[in-house]
Amino acid sequence: MTDAILDETTRKANRPTPLPADRYRPPSDAALALADGRVFRGRAFGAPGTASGEAVFTTTMTGYQEVCTDPSFRGQIVCMTYPLIGNYGVNTEDDESRRPWIAGLVVREHSSQPSNWRSAGTLDAYLKRYDIPAIAGVDTRALTRHIREVGDARAVLFHGAGSMPDEELIERARGAAIPGEHDVVGEVLAADIEVLGPEGGPHVVVVDCGVKRNIVRSLVARGARVTIVPYGTAYGEIAALRPDGVVVSPGPGDPANLNAGLDVVRSVLAAQVPYFGICLGHQLLARAIGAETSKLKFGHRGGNHPVRDRRNGRVTITAQNHSYRVDPETVPTDQDWEVALVNLNDGSVEGLTHHRLPVLSVQFHPEASPGPMDNGVLFDEFLAMISRSQADRAGAA
Amino acid sequence: MATPTTTSQGPVRSVLVLGSGPIVIGQAAEFDYAGTQACRALREEGIRTILVNSNPATIMTDEDIADAVYIEPLTPDVIRRVIQRERPDGLLPTLGGQTGLNLAVQVARLGILERYGVRLLGTPLEAIERAEDRALFKQLLDKLGEPTVASTIVTTLEEARAFAKEVPLPLVIRPAFTLGGTGGGVAHTPEELDRIVAGGISASPIGQVLLERSLLGWKEIEYEVMRDAADTCITICNMENLDPMGVHTGDSIVVAPSQTLSDREYQMLRSSALRIIRALGIEGGCNVQYALDPHSMDYSVIEVNPRVSRSSALASKATGYPIARMSAKIAIGRRLDELTNAVTGETTAAFEPALDYAVVKIPRWPFDKFARAERTIGTQMKATGEVMAIDRSFEGALQKAVRSLETNAKDLGWEDSTWTDEVIEDLIARPNDLRLWALMAALRRGQTPERLHELSRIDPWFLDKLQGLVDLERRIASDGIDGDLLWTAKRAGFSDAQIGRLSGQSDGRVRALRDRLGMAPVYKMVDTCAGEFAAATPYFYATYEEEDEATPIPGKRALVVGSGPIRIGQGIEFDYCSVQAARALHDAGVASIMVNSNPETVSTDFDASDRLYFEPLDAESVGEILRHETGGDGTGGEVPPVIVQFGGQTAINLAAPLASEGVSIWGSSLDSIDLAEDRYRFEAFLRGLGIPQPPGAAVTSLADAEEVANRIGYPVLVRPSYVLGGRAMEVVYGGDHLARYIRNAASLTPEHPVLVDKYLLGKEVEVDAICDGEAVLIPGVMEHIERAGVHSGDSFAVYPGINLFPAEIETIVDYTTRIALAIGARGLINIQYVIHAGRLYVLEVNPRSSRTVPFMSKATGVPMVKLATGVMLGRSLREQGYEGGLWPRQPLVAVKAPVFSMAKLRGVEVHLGPEMKSTGEVMGIDRSFEPAFFKALLAAGLALPPRGSILLTLADEDKADAVGMIGQLVRMGYKLYATEGTAALIERHGMPVQMVTKRIGRGNPDMLDVILQGTVDGVINTPGPADKEVLDGLQIRRAAVERGIPCITSIDTARAMTDAMASAGSVYTVQPVPAYRRHGFGY
Repeated sequence: MTDAILDETTRKANRPTPLPADRYRPPSDAALALADGRVFRGRAFGAPGTASGEAVFTTTMTGYQEVCTDPSFRGQIVCMTYPLIGNYGVNTEDDESRRPWIAGLVVREHSSQPSNWRSAGTLDAYLKRYDIPAIAGVDTRALTRHIREVGDARAVLFHGAGSMPDEELIERARGAAIPGEHDVVGEVLAADIEVLGPEGGPHVVVVDCGVKRNIVRSLVARGARVTIVPYGTAYGEIAALRPDGVVVSPGPGDPANLNAGLDVVRSVLAAQVPYFGICLGHQLLARAIGAETSKLKFGHRGGNHPVRDRRNGRVTITAQNHSYRVDPETVPTDQDWEVALVNLNDGSVEGLTHHRLPVLSVQFHPEASPGPMDNGVLFDEFLAMISRSQADRAGAA
Repeated sequence: MATPTTTSQGPVRSVLVLGSGPIVIGQAAEFDYAGTQACRALREEGIRTILVNSNPATIMTDEDIADAVYIEPLTPDVIRRVIQRERPDGLLPTLGGQTGLNLAVQVARLGILERYGVRLLGTPLEAIERAEDRALFKQLLDKLGEPTVASTIVTTLEEARAFAKEVPLPLVIRPAFTLGGTGGGVAHTPEELDRIVAGGISASPIGQVLLERSLLGWKEIEYEVMRDAADTCITICNMENLDPMGVHTGDSIVVAPSQTLSDREYQMLRSSALRIIRALGIEGGCNVQYALDPHSMDYSVIEVNPRVSRSSALASKATGYPIARMSAKIAIGRRLDELTNAVTGETTAAFEPALDYAVVKIPRWPFDKFARAERTIGTQMKATGEVMAIDRSFEGALQKAVRSLETNAKDLGWEDSTWTDEVIEDLIARPNDLRLWALMAALRRGQTPERLHELSRIDPWFLDKLQGLVDLERRIASDGIDGDLLWTAKRAGFSDAQIGRLSGQSDGRVRALRDRLGMAPVYKMVDTCAGEFAAATPYFYATYEEEDEATPIPGKRALVVGSGPIRIGQGIEFDYCSVQAARALHDAGVASIMVNSNPETVSTDFDASDRLYFEPLDAESVGEILRHETGGDGTGGEVPPVIVQFGGQTAINLAAPLASEGVSIWGSSLDSIDLAEDRYRFEAFLRGLGIPQPPGAAVTSLADAEEVANRIGYPVLVRPSYVLGGRAMEVVYGGDHLARYIRNAASLTPEHPVLVDKYLLGKEVEVDAICDGEAVLIPGVMEHIERAGVHSGDSFAVYPGINLFPAEIETIVDYTTRIALAIGARGLINIQYVIHAGRLYVLEVNPRSSRTVPFMSKATGVPMVKLATGVMLGRSLREQGYEGGLWPRQPLVAVKAPVFSMAKLRGVEVHLGPEMKSTGEVMGIDRSFEPAFFKALLAAGLALPPRGSILLTLADEDKADAVGMIGQLVRMGYKLYATEGTAALIERHGMPVQMVTKRIGRGNPDMLDVILQGTVDGVINTPGPADKEVLDGLQIRRAAVERGIPCITSIDTARAMTDAMASAGSVYTVQPVPAYRRHGFGY
């Protein structure tokens, strides 16, 4: 039934109904306030305190521990759209970096009695340990629909907000900084150089802007020797490591702030060393070749984004976590660059290729974790690219 | 759509879709849902769509669903003739369940497709065979490196015993190619192994069973996946069974999405599922089942269904993603990424739904009907239906689902008063239909979740949730309710009635407190994307949260109460009526609001109504929806009127509570309903009209009952008042029997009397009519083949009444018209009569839709539900183009045959009586009685093979009636076996017969042996009135059913069957339904 009655009602249904003034409000001791004036009340959990940052949502149904520890979430208060969080606890294996980076967590319900053979404790205890405040009992679907309308928003998450009036909370939210406004990459990267993987494998240098462990694991599992260097490492130092390939990792914040990395990317391309840009690494590649990036109204975060490869029409489901995109019209197609992958939901750029240069560059997360593993094959492709490139060099020599 | 649809082998202009036939356990309404979606999806693409199904109680067999609709038996011969007539380009085999799939494979193997150039669309035949054949499937998985359970394929008992020496018991036995795992089981002892393996080998059409290591205690997880021809693969949904491995997924409580899997486990299994459908080359929907070790990353692939299934229907309703629709489109060459997500209307179909709620499905078992059935559940499915509920918490979804079941256990607070600690432990340790309630009872008695986990192996996460509910119960009982506790309880799914019971007050007071506190549910959308994108779907569920999304529908609207889970006595027929009513409202410019709790059905498809609320059908849930649609305070408009006459007894039961809230009930008034149900009022009513009913009375004591029975004479029909589906109805032949019945009657009070009526043996007649208050339209008269005493739902019914005299029909029309007008019916009314000794008596009047409405609508072409809905909208029959009186007799004969699921229910009596036992129905339609009846038998699986042997064992009172029939069987060339008395009868009439003894174990062979050894191909057994004989007969009837051979228990059915087979043979017509209504021959 698709005629007038339906259209009329669904149009209306998509408009939030204002909350009647006399609707019951359960007791609350915590609040999430957004800068545009919307306040959600709930119950405090996690570490006592206040978080301020950018309110975003992710639609991934599993993988909250990976979300917490993904450095790309630095500076963000993350709303899980799936209502039951913490069911399988937290464990010692699923951290994607050395600690959680989210500023705060918003859930409908968190489990105090997790169940899974790997579980080593509750999410609540985990957040407390890392000093991250969280709020439960929130109508997270309402919050998500709100963010969908107003965009990712400045926000504060407040414990002990019981008697605090909305106005005061909103005022504080307006003062919250969002990731693009400070050096979030500098905050998350590891200062030390780390070497992993077998001797003798192809040598991949990973530029850490907020790398996830599964990127490194994915490379090592395929026989690569990986050297992780912090973002900001000069190209000369990287070149001195004699890499067979360079990965520039995902990371938080606005790629437009990261000029220091552009030289590295350009030099890698110039040296024709195989390049693999993931998420932020993809955006930096785009900027390095003269394209521009801009902020999405609300980011892509979740494990269900369809991406089409324009070259063969194949669609894969991808894990995503980004606030910024590459503007397609700015891609220098006249210099043999091509938008090879597109997002089926909004048509945004998901991957770039070059007709001659050994480059892989994707906006999504082939390492998944959390999310679907459809694109793990890209790591194989990258290593294949490295061996082709080595063969070419050997041939040229 | 302008783009031509083309598969790799060329364009597709016309497609044949196979339905799944009658509703049986393991194959229910989900295939009406799937087939209807598929037909619509194909026609959207401009494809001529041809449908064949034998089940008239389906939306898919409505004449406007496909370009040509055949209601014909699902046999290779019928399909060949349909293909010959229609010459379709393709055949779509994966939407008609296992029945459709098996038939397609058969037709392909017979070379019929090749001969007529018909391509099998969607998943290739090879892939189907590789997924269905255990040996091939295991080979494939081994090649992929996908772990499987230690298992072997056997075709003999010896092979099975040898395997059991290597792999420790218990072993699971699964026969190949059977419905719902029929004939399977778990063997704990060598004796059980022998018995189940032997049964499985005979149940499997290819004589093959799989034996495997038991994974009892592992988690059972399912993935619904799709793939298109371009190799795009997506998962729609994963689901976790609350019951660990060992219980058939159709009999398991299922949660979506999985709750206790980390992302690593979730993705590990998802990746495996995609590898498997790629390797199989599935094109369409597919279901993959896993066992997952709760203590490691080990898993095993259990099973793949290369087609849409019950699980895919559940996944569709749980996510909003229309799997069947997309499967149909993929089959004709569409790619997922070029299809639109019909829910958002914007995004592509190539994505994976994200849920922001929890979904719980609970099976609905028939044990309330079959007191003798074995209640233990295992690898053989026993549920007839299921309910689903959605909420933002697991507890809320679980409790709403329980409330949707409509069993004695109205909510999770229910306990059997006889339960001891031992009984409870046993109920927890052995899976059965009461386990959920037993778990709650154990927790209430202080058992720990840890202990219950040891007993049941159910994941502690679920048990802790139940513990949380018990804790909440305690708080409500001890602390009294304040705002916070009430809010917490409502968010955990407690009903007002539960809260009231716990806190010692009425549900009305709880609601008043909620009202005072401003605590009402909000309604949230099932949008496939967790709110990420704006969606255009009208599919909602209730929850206690902050923000509402279901703004009241403006303008005229009406609410249709659906019929809840499929159960014996209330089947798919009522869903059919509900869907038709919603459409009729919509077409009249009135927005239709559907409420239902059944995930299998067409009615809960998001485009079957203008707005769908997926909610329990209880007074609280429906009442809240009505209040909500007024905007809470009337700002949204008047309270929508409610239509209860299409949703069976479920909906009727809501009439009184809703009316007492001031809701206007459309159709027959509450008073009319009560008049028909209240024995005292009804008697006076008929007396006033001068219309006879069998003598009898309502009694409230044994003494009264005996007095009445003696006065009117035995046999008598006894039953409780207010019945559904003839529950606990019995024909009683003497004083002892009566005393036993009365003693067993649960309660005998002035409010709940027992009815004792004279049992009149005669022709039973049934009528459905539409009344607008001035005129009564009777589309036709149905005559039952079986004389009174067999429940009308279990009878063969014939339209038109071919053995009725014109004067009898005149009286039927007269009585029906007068009763309908006098009782104040508005819309549909169903009346059952018996003609005894030339006189017409009224047995029952139901001022609502009956289960024969779809059958009669299809046979006569009268759109009964549409007319009835029109009447409720204030349009007279005349305004709708119809007159009162009997609709012209159509030039056809239609036979409705009941279909049973006895093979699935161990211990259940096969013999038919006043208690309804059938799960589904088929229709045979032709130009005359014999071929129509023959087709009905064929479609119901009751036709005797064209030659072979038959066992006869007849009650004394049937013997005189049977002689002609026996002669006919002999002339048809059947070899007869008979028990002592029957054999003597046959010999007396000079016909050849082989005597076998009735006394089981006392002769060689005895009557059981000839069935079990496969000597006979059919059984005609009519039990006499004496109980002893009924019990003896039980064994042979069970044996016949479990052996899968036709077993006829009524002499009337047997005679009609013999006549039909003798004269019709294979000379029947195959043509679209409307063609039968035209005069002349259809060839």
